Amino acid sequence: MNVHRTCRTTVAVAAAVVLSFTSAGLASGASGGVSRAQDEDEITIGIKYDQPGIGLKTPDGTYTGFDVDVATYIAKELGHEPGDIVWKEAKSADRETLLQRGDVDFIAASYSINDERAEKVDFAGPYLLAHQDVLIRADDDSIKQPSDLNNKKLCSVTGSTSAQNVKDKIAPDAQLQEYGGYSECLTGLENGVIDAVTTDDSILAGYASQEEFKDKFKLGGFKMSNENYGIGVQKGSELQDQINTALEKMVADGSWEAAVEKNFGPAGYQNEPAPEIGVIVK
Amino acid sequence: MKSKPTVLYDVPGPRARRRNLLWTLLFLVALAAVVWWVVASLAEKNQLEWAKWAPFFTDARVWETYILPALKNTVIAAALAMVIALPLGAFLGILRLSDHRWVRGAAGTVVEFFRAIPVLILMLFANAAYAEFTDISPDTRPLYAVVTGLVLYNASVLAEVVRAGILALPSGQTDAAKAIGMRKGQTMTYVLLPQAVTAMLPALVSQLVVIVKDTALGGAMLGFSELLASVRPMSANYGANTIACFTVVAVIFVVLNFALTTFASWLEGRLRRGKKSTGAVVGVEAVEELAAPGEHMGPTDGTK
Amino acid sequence: MFDFLQGYDLLGAFWVTVQLTVYSAIGSLIWGTLLAAMRVSPVPLMRGFGTVYVNVVRNIPLTVIIVFTSLGLFQTLGVSLGADKFTTINFRLAVLGLTAYTSAFVCEALRSGINTVPLGQVEAARAIGLSFPQVLRIIVLPQAFRSVVGPLANVLIALTKNTTVAAAIGVAEAALLMREMIENEAQLILISVIFAAGFLCLTLPTGLFLGWVAKKVAVKR
Repeated sequence: MNVHRTCRTTVAVAAAVVLSFTSAGLASGASGGVSRAQDEDEITIGIKYDQPGIGLKTPDGTYTGFDVDVATYIAKELGHEPGDIVWKEAKSADRETLLQRGDVDFIAASYSINDERAEKVDFAGPYLLAHQDVLIRADDDSIKQPSDLNNKKLCSVTGSTSAQNVKDKIAPDAQLQEYGGYSECLTGLENGVIDAVTTDDSILAGYASQEEFKDKFKLGGFKMSNENYGIGVQKGSELQDQINTALEKMVADGSWEAAVEKNFGPAGYQNEPAPEIGVIVK
Repeated sequence: MKSKPTVLYDVPGPRARRRNLLWTLLFLVALAAVVWWVVASLAEKNQLEWAKWAPFFTDARVWETYILPALKNTVIAAALAMVIALPLGAFLGILRLSDHRWVRGAAGTVVEFFRAIPVLILMLFANAAYAEFTDISPDTRPLYAVVTGLVLYNASVLAEVVRAGILALPSGQTDAAKAIGMRKGQTMTYVLLPQAVTAMLPALVSQLVVIVKDTALGGAMLGFSELLASVRPMSANYGANTIACFTVVAVIFVVLNFALTTFASWLEGRLRRGKKSTGAVVGVEAVEELAAPGEHMGPTDGTK
Repeated sequence: MFDFLQGYDLLGAFWVTVQLTVYSAIGSLIWGTLLAAMRVSPVPLMRGFGTVYVNVVRNIPLTVIIVFTSLGLFQTLGVSLGADKFTTINFRLAVLGLTAYTSAFVCEALRSGINTVPLGQVEAARAIGLSFPQVLRIIVLPQAFRSVVGPLANVLIALTKNTTVAAAIGVAEAALLMREMIENEAQLILISVIFAAGFLCLTLPTGLFLGWVAKKVAVKR
């Protein structure tokens, strides 16, 4: 009797393991099939999933942000309806690989143009000129210029160059805390253990524009670097020219201005005028 | 507690009971003070605002969009790691019982090596190696890296569990198999392994807990979209409510793992009570002890 | 061949790993013993607390605990552990997190050690009028410790490996340096071998030495 029961237990566990295995197999089959161009109308675009104002996956499973609006506009110009767009997460470290492998058609993910990247991929645009800036508490009057950051507590994400920039060049006595994401930095800023969060002003404006942070944070307005956001495409892709044309049209018909206002407006973000295609501000 | 008297102290008399009551009160006050301090500080920093917690209770989309898909990834990684590590571990475990010295030695070296190195180091290596030498897509690469790291480590741990499971069987089993003329391979496949696997089940289930916990490393360090990593997009959407997000994620982990641990102990109890089996069981406790290199634990005897 | 090591403080990173291990080991030995005492104590509330603590902490990923020390304890509750530089704060927070986690395993190891002490000894101790703290301190724990050196050694080795998780809050220990080096240098295999060797140097001798100690101090019954 007991042997029988033991056997039953064994079978039950084995069944559970097999079940979880098959479900895992199914799931990876569903998500792993990264095949683009199976449908002529589909276009795969890489964006950020976790940057409010730039590219954010919302609870509905839809996507919002400036990069998303720009990408949607470009896709439309290339002949793809919004419904045909397949969004894909493009984490900062993965962007070149995604393009080189052809996993995405193009990338709009706060992607600054620089020489190192331009060796591996081609850039259309730039479509936005951002600057490195700091986000501080709205009631904090002690930080008026970049050098005020000395002896302050700075926060940025692990491996980002912007924080190191400040520490090396502008405020050598600043302390630096690195977290995996900006949300952790913002919690610290809100709680007062962090004095300033630093990265591109567009990203900061996106955070500050959120409903929850209204009137809590402000941008420093320091232009500590020039970040020319470009649309990344595969090296030698004919998409580069088509995207440039689309971007010019977007600026000309006012959609660009509207997108800036919609995504960064609430934070009092002083945006630069639309950059000229092919002109990179050093 | 009446049903299971302990020998460490006498049944409390009137004075002991008063003393215990005093200790209870003191402890309660201390606990309450800590809880009060935590709650007060959280409230002061506005971390208890309903707006920060409401999404988890009023908005099903939070679960559908962020938590459940992430939980699925955690479960997939853990299940894959277990399913791949088990046969590999069994293989290594059997090699360690081989009659040939060099086979034993080689298997032993592999097992000791992977048990001596942090899983995180293995994952970091696997992630970079896949990026450099294979063309696995960047969005599935973290999963591959996490599973690889977990398999390498856990196969080594399971090798020890399998070895312990086989050694735990009464030697009469091998003798009987020999007596009816079975060869070594036959003894292993028809007599020892089937019984050892049953004996090992509790240890296997509780090893799953270790695996589930280790998947979180992939989320923190490799960008694998598992449960812990779901905090990032989630908190970006709800005004950086990181404390609330982390608390919810931690609770899910505890519930999941507690269910696994409970199941493991239940299995163990059931197997131990089974009178017609050999009574050999590799207990839940074996896993943590085996999880590190150095001295080898023998089979644990549970009939203490 | 090893030119790329220039500019990286390899020994410094492993030294941080060692420091994390030592401080956390001391901390978890103390807190783990207290927890074990609570779990066998005559006060029901303490027993309950010990049980809940162990079961909750053992089932949370260490990564969550470590990240939480930074976000919850430091940022929100303002616990900076007497330091004012981020590097020191993060180090101390990591020690705290590792201690909180590891002590649950120390507690369980000790509890199984307490079970190995023969009933007669405890009964004899009670018969000569020793109180519960005295029984624990003079009779039970010394023997329990001697019988669990082996399991505790394994906990210590697991702790050594677990210190890598401190990288999640930016403590500059071995794993963080390894990730940085992998990103900057095209020497993946060599870098991995170096770090693997580093951990082997830390864990294997500990295991062998404490294994020898375990045999030496084992209570003969």
